[in-house]
Amino acid sequence: MKQIQRLLLLLTTAATLSACVTAPKPLYYHGEQAEAVYSYLKADDLSISEQILLMEQTMQNASSTGLPLAPGFHAHLGMLYFESGNTSGGIEQFEVEKSLFPESSKYLDYLLAQLQGSDAK
Amino acid sequence: MKTLYLAIMVIGTAILSGCVSPPPAYDYSEFRLADPKSVVVLPPINNSQEVVAGYSVMSQVAAPISESGFYTFPIAIVNETFKNNGLTVANDVHAVPYQKLYEIFGADTALYMTIENYGTSYVIVSSDTVVTVSAKLVDLRSGAVLWQNAATASSAETRGNSGGGLIGMLVEAAVNQIIETVVDRGFDIAAIANARLLNAESYNGLLYGPRSPKYGQPVVSEKQK
Repeated sequence: MKQIQRLLLLLTTAATLSACVTAPKPLYYHGEQAEAVYSYLKADDLSISEQILLMEQTMQNASSTGLPLAPGFHAHLGMLYFESGNTSGGIEQFEVEKSLFPESSKYLDYLLAQLQGSDAK
Repeated sequence: MKTLYLAIMVIGTAILSGCVSPPPAYDYSEFRLADPKSVVVLPPINNSQEVVAGYSVMSQVAAPISESGFYTFPIAIVNETFKNNGLTVANDVHAVPYQKLYEIFGADTALYMTIENYGTSYVIVSSDTVVTVSAKLVDLRSGAVLWQNAATASSAETRGNSGGGLIGMLVEAAVNQIIETVVDRGFDIAAIANARLLNAESYNGLLYGPRSPKYGQPVVSEKQK
């Protein structure tokens, strides 16, 4: 009887303790993605090249964690590349976003078509 | 006598648990049925005094949606698309017919947010930073409201809580110096408010989306029913 009680106590303690420490494992590495988006929207404290630096740094840090980059990361970096005049880099990042997240295909294709349209003019 | 004692105990427990009982659980039946995969976040309507509130809340909203298992459309690019189409005011964006949003973005749902409080301006007794946000998720294929919720976070809660969590994440960077110039207190608190509002791990948050390993499983408030 005592043994059963002890076992129960152990189990309860283990359950309680594990409940305390199991933070769900994140799906993505977010790094400074939110900061980069914020500074882009505010458009007053960081230059485009500084924002690119922030994003590239996040990309480097992600590879050491083994977690994938979050939705929108490659698209946002692509937009920054476009704005800095690096068109091929921009297209490349848009394609990465589309292949990782096909949900974005329709919208990004629409944007790419617009970009090409404005180039042709 | 014993019965009386028991009755008091039972009533006491009922009253005590009544004090801490959470708000009613959200009815997810329509959300579950619609089974959306992606979310486009519209610029939030800002009822606070703080001009940057919209940008701050917007940039902190992608992480909890993505972590819940949905595809979140790139926040800043979406905002640019609206601006390029002459929609520079959030109220105007919120008035765009849902069919039109579906046509442009191909997103299953849109998130309509309103910022009720942001910053310290209305707090009289302390200098705590408070962020209050509400949101509703609308199915862009049918126009139906699938989910809605509101949440508040305050800097008073995080005091003395060093390391870990979202605040901890902000500090880890090798590019700290750049960040120092970008972030402000409200930006940190907005991350907590948004996570509380949206994350599938939060009470009455979103469901788990198809990219989550917990996709299809009941969320917190459904388990407590």
